[in-house]
Amino acid sequence: MDIGGLTKIGDTQWQVPKRGGMRVPGVIFADAALVTSMDDKVLQQLCNVAALPGIVEAAYAMPDAHWGYGFPIGGVAAFDPEEGGVISAGGVGFDISCGVRTLLTGLTRADIEPVKMALADSLFQNIPAGLGSTGKISLEPAAMDAMLGGGAVWALAQGHGRPEDLERMEEHGRVVDARPDFVSDQAKRRQHDEMGTLGSGNHYLEVQEVTLIHDVATAAAFGLKQGEIVVSIHCGSRGLGHQIGTEFLREMAEAAPGFGLALPDLELASAPITSELGQRYLGAMRAAINCAYANRQIITHLTRRVLAHFFPGGGFDLLFDVSHNTCKEEWHLVGGKRRRLFVHRKGATRAFGAGHAGLPAAFAAVGQPVIIGGSMGTSSAILAGNPPPERAFASACHGAGRAMSRHAALRQWRGREVVDRLAERGIIIKSPTSRGVAEEAPGAYKDTGAVVDAAHAAGLARKVARLEPIICIKG
Amino acid sequence: MMPRFEHFPHDADIGVRGIGARKSDAFEQAALALSAIVTDPETVAPSEKVEVECVAPSDQLLLADWLNRLIYEMAVRHMLFGRFLVAIEAGRLRGQAWGERLDPVRHAPAVEPKGATLTELRVEPYGDGWVAQCVIDV
Repeated sequence: MDIGGLTKIGDTQWQVPKRGGMRVPGVIFADAALVTSMDDKVLQQLCNVAALPGIVEAAYAMPDAHWGYGFPIGGVAAFDPEEGGVISAGGVGFDISCGVRTLLTGLTRADIEPVKMALADSLFQNIPAGLGSTGKISLEPAAMDAMLGGGAVWALAQGHGRPEDLERMEEHGRVVDARPDFVSDQAKRRQHDEMGTLGSGNHYLEVQEVTLIHDVATAAAFGLKQGEIVVSIHCGSRGLGHQIGTEFLREMAEAAPGFGLALPDLELASAPITSELGQRYLGAMRAAINCAYANRQIITHLTRRVLAHFFPGGGFDLLFDVSHNTCKEEWHLVGGKRRRLFVHRKGATRAFGAGHAGLPAAFAAVGQPVIIGGSMGTSSAILAGNPPPERAFASACHGAGRAMSRHAALRQWRGREVVDRLAERGIIIKSPTSRGVAEEAPGAYKDTGAVVDAAHAAGLARKVARLEPIICIKG
Repeated sequence: MMPRFEHFPHDADIGVRGIGARKSDAFEQAALALSAIVTDPETVAPSEKVEVECVAPSDQLLLADWLNRLIYEMAVRHMLFGRFLVAIEAGRLRGQAWGERLDPVRHAPAVEPKGATLTELRVEPYGDGWVAQCVIDV
């Protein structure tokens, strides 16, 4: 991206002045190097989002922003239903409520090393991963609807987890006002045997070591200790979310002219929040969020069983669960006035700061954990939400973002070679697909450190800890 | 014009492009490109046929519907497809897809297509023939 057309607000904040049909400016939070490395299409997509009806304050791009679908990935935009604001299926994406959760283990690297290979094998055998993998839970219609309405609360009632887990999830593991009846039979059929599965692509389960603490007090509040082991799970609402995204994107694209929306990019397909279509999507999308919560909860249960086999008596408490592809109804202070907004975070993580009413008591004084995923060979990070004033409606980045297309990665690496090189660094990769590993090679991703540093410097969230991979189960 | 397919890059995902003498050929090739995201279509035995029908107000949305229908059939049947036949008339597509049940060892599937997006979505004349393309979210 040509940085020349942007107005520099600070070292990590750049403004895209209003032009054309933009109703608000665009704002990019990143340092000059990250901005320069972004595709021109990020700028175009940011400008397009800024032109949507009812958008409030600005269209934001996080430090990991890259070319997405309608919205940039790493994009945040809030809409006011009282001002004709829209909800966009493309702005949430196909993988509704894709997210990450991290479990604390209290173990150390010395505990893990003697059983590392056996643990990796057991996790790979017990956590369904990759295309075509199925879970052991098949949901018939009534159970499917109960899951879509209940989220992690439903999963818990089925015996997958512990009550205290719910305290460590956004919305306590269940979004209210989900409407399973707005979810098509096709979407439900696609989910029939996919509960408790990781999926493929960039989804993973990783055993990681806390290798650096940046913020001692916050790390202590999160239960993170240098040298200890955590397990992170990255996946979403599986086929159900994909199908809901597909169907509503299509319906919104066809309905857009009827709403008076002239879309420069069909993928921006949206509907007024207050319209029948907007409400139907909202209800179905909330059901998909619940599906993602339930899915990650089931995988957590499977993971704990494996860990307990190797380390009997361990607690394996949940640190937190975040979603990074959502639209959520939230209250925010804009221009001194509290407003009810629908905040789209496409490849962006909510980052509520200390004192926010939506936080569990354990995080009330420090802000919520913001979990930033890496790739198989690069570090992940735990950040914390900052107290007000909010930036980008209390949002931060979600990962490093790709530096190279899958196509280019495949030309550059072979899966076996990636696995062997990582093994030399002590990282075990278990995946059903060699080609998938090549497409997801660590070199195909940007440096997580640069993205996290920029998020910290921009005040989006503050650095707490760095995590390095030890075992990666790759879908 | 020899029908062919190719992939084109996207920052996060992957683009599919089908090229052929007729629009229907380009749609068939785009479907092959979709399959090739997952595995080599040549390795998929055409042992079972699945028929689909789509109706859309534009060629572009018809392509998205066709590819999304294939993604759906792949997901719920646990199948891969390696051969396609498409007929298009007045906004209505009738398609046939031949394939077999996914064998993780033999097909070594790379990645799961989530959906055909409307990004870089084009169906248009191309030289003496047609091109049909979009980005697939994987």
